[in-house]
Amino acid sequence: MDPKRTWAIARKELIHIRRDPISLLQIILLPVVLLLLYGYALTFDIKNVTIAVYDQERSQLSEDFINQFRGTDYFRLEKFTQDYGELKRLLLDRKVQVGLMLPYDFSWQYQTGKTAQGQALVDGTDSNTANIVLGYIQAVTASYNQKLLDQRLMEKGPGRVAMPVDAQTRFWFNEDLESRNYIVPGLIAVIMTVVGALLTALTVVRELERGSMEGLMATPLKRSELLLGKLGPYFLIGMFDMAVVVAMGKFLFQVPLRGSPWLLFAMAAIFLIATLGQGLLISVSSENQLQAFQMAMLTTFLPSFLLSGFVFSIYLMPKPLQIVSYIVPARYLVTISKGIYLKGLGMKVLWPSALMLAAAAAFFVLMSIKKFVKKIR
Amino acid sequence: MTPTQEQAIVVKNLSRHFGDFKAVDNISFEVYRGEIFGFLGPNGAGKSTTIRMLNGLLLPTRGEGRVGGFDIIRENAQIKEHIGYMSQRFSLYEDLTAEENLNFFGGVYGLSPERLKARLTEVLTLVGLEDRRHDLTRNLALGLKQRLALASAIIHEPSILFLDEATSGVDPISRRNFWDLIYAMAQEGRTILVTTHYMEEAEFCDRLVLIYQGRIIAQGTPSELKGEVREAILAVYPDNLDDALNLIKKLPQVDEAAVFGDGLHIATTRPEEIESAIKDTLTAHRIACDRIERVRPSLEDAFISLVQRAEEKGATSGQLSAVS
Repeated sequence: MDPKRTWAIARKELIHIRRDPISLLQIILLPVVLLLLYGYALTFDIKNVTIAVYDQERSQLSEDFINQFRGTDYFRLEKFTQDYGELKRLLLDRKVQVGLMLPYDFSWQYQTGKTAQGQALVDGTDSNTANIVLGYIQAVTASYNQKLLDQRLMEKGPGRVAMPVDAQTRFWFNEDLESRNYIVPGLIAVIMTVVGALLTALTVVRELERGSMEGLMATPLKRSELLLGKLGPYFLIGMFDMAVVVAMGKFLFQVPLRGSPWLLFAMAAIFLIATLGQGLLISVSSENQLQAFQMAMLTTFLPSFLLSGFVFSIYLMPKPLQIVSYIVPARYLVTISKGIYLKGLGMKVLWPSALMLAAAAAFFVLMSIKKFVKKIR
Repeated sequence: MTPTQEQAIVVKNLSRHFGDFKAVDNISFEVYRGEIFGFLGPNGAGKSTTIRMLNGLLLPTRGEGRVGGFDIIRENAQIKEHIGYMSQRFSLYEDLTAEENLNFFGGVYGLSPERLKARLTEVLTLVGLEDRRHDLTRNLALGLKQRLALASAIIHEPSILFLDEATSGVDPISRRNFWDLIYAMAQEGRTILVTTHYMEEAEFCDRLVLIYQGRIIAQGTPSELKGEVREAILAVYPDNLDDALNLIKKLPQVDEAAVFGDGLHIATTRPEEIESAIKDTLTAHRIACDRIERVRPSLEDAFISLVQRAEEKGATSGQLSAVS
């Protein structure tokens, strides 16, 4: 292998990138935009759930209960109404997400020793959000029940009684349940897919499409030099983008990186090699740039976005999709990256994923080189 | 050319099949050092396929060949070091400047930085692009692109140069300039193999092969090929070319008639009777005729005549094989 020839290819590739505004944009702006988008705008944390109250009784007890919702920043009391129809309309128009209805006999039920029945109407359009909101309502109710129970025991009976059983829940690894803490580690996979597969697929197919590949093959250039020279710049760009994401995550979003950054970079490098292989495979299997672009979107970008566990938890997916996710290399990088970031894990625990990543890299590199050699012969 | 001269390219019984299709069918020829050797034939005749086998892009199905002393099957890596290749699609990168393109090809040929720098100035001067060296290739006119492609094909000073339809689509003046460069290189002792379907370009070659449907149907110098024409050629200059052509084609004495320039070229084996026959027909149809004269066959006449002869032969042999 002659470094002069490899460098000639790499330098030409860098000029192509420099002169093409779209590639430049994808390389420099894409990681930043995605990170800002997910870091700031697209938050999966649910706060300030809007609530409307129809309190038919307006008693001490009902006021007190409603105040429980006021006391937390998970809810925001939007409106009091005295009309069931209006409550319905508010939910229908999405003015509020929860309608709370307390009946005429709310406190009477309580005073006569029965359970005071209220009703919470939750907008179930978005089932995920509805579930979370439901959880909040139950939590608020449970803690209020606890308070009332204590009171009643003090008044009537043996005084303060300890709870028979209590599960104190705490969230580990992402204590404040900040979604950006798991978005940033996952985003690395998505950005690397764009650089590795999308851009690479385009650059190789461009050369095949224009016929300049034939000119290259009439020179003493070896295939290994051609591949290394062509893919090398994209590898470096991918690693650079990853460094940008890690740095922005740390300094802009204060995402904790608990494990070894070196391990993270090493794993990302293996993933990037797998992705470059995929990109090369796509470019030798497609006729033109448009086809390559669509194929790259469909087979690399979307899976690494949807099936990697980056945003959507794999455990919650239907079984067939879970099985498909096993052949998405991004899945393993997301697992590894979240493990290193949030749990500070090392190879001792992460090795199965690392192994799968290495296998994917080996598979795609060998496959693509085999097909590439056949194509240009 | 005498056999004692140094052979740059030797090809023996070379064939390349794509499935049932014989793109190149058992061809043999030799090219000597310093020669401009032409491959003349219509599109799809097998010219490019032959070149691709000679420069190591394609393996032959059968036969053998040597280029610059290297075997085209076993030593095609060495061949690539010693040849330059310029194809009809010019392998230039449009978004690179002229100089960047040359730097790129210099690098790909493994030139050292010092040699590359010296060669860069040399070839830019040679093709007359010194003042355009920092222009993007996409902004160069086609004729200049062609010269840049030539420059990038000779940056490593190859001893053999392949030009595959290198002048298609270029204006006549640019083509003339281009050929001046080719002559100069042949003078330095470089061997040049050209494929073309332009007859006037074929006239510039020292020697030619005529290739048709994958086979060589004739070879020799341009004048030798013209001498192959057995028919006499008459130039006729009537008023109405199209009508006259249709009438003349029907005459029994005419073997072949075609428009040539502002007149018609008519091939015949009976020149003594045809002149009056043509005159009679044209007068009968009230078509005025300026003059009729016997001319020396052009390369195009030779080409048409030779292709026709090959087709007749092919038809007979086809019938024979059908019988047997």
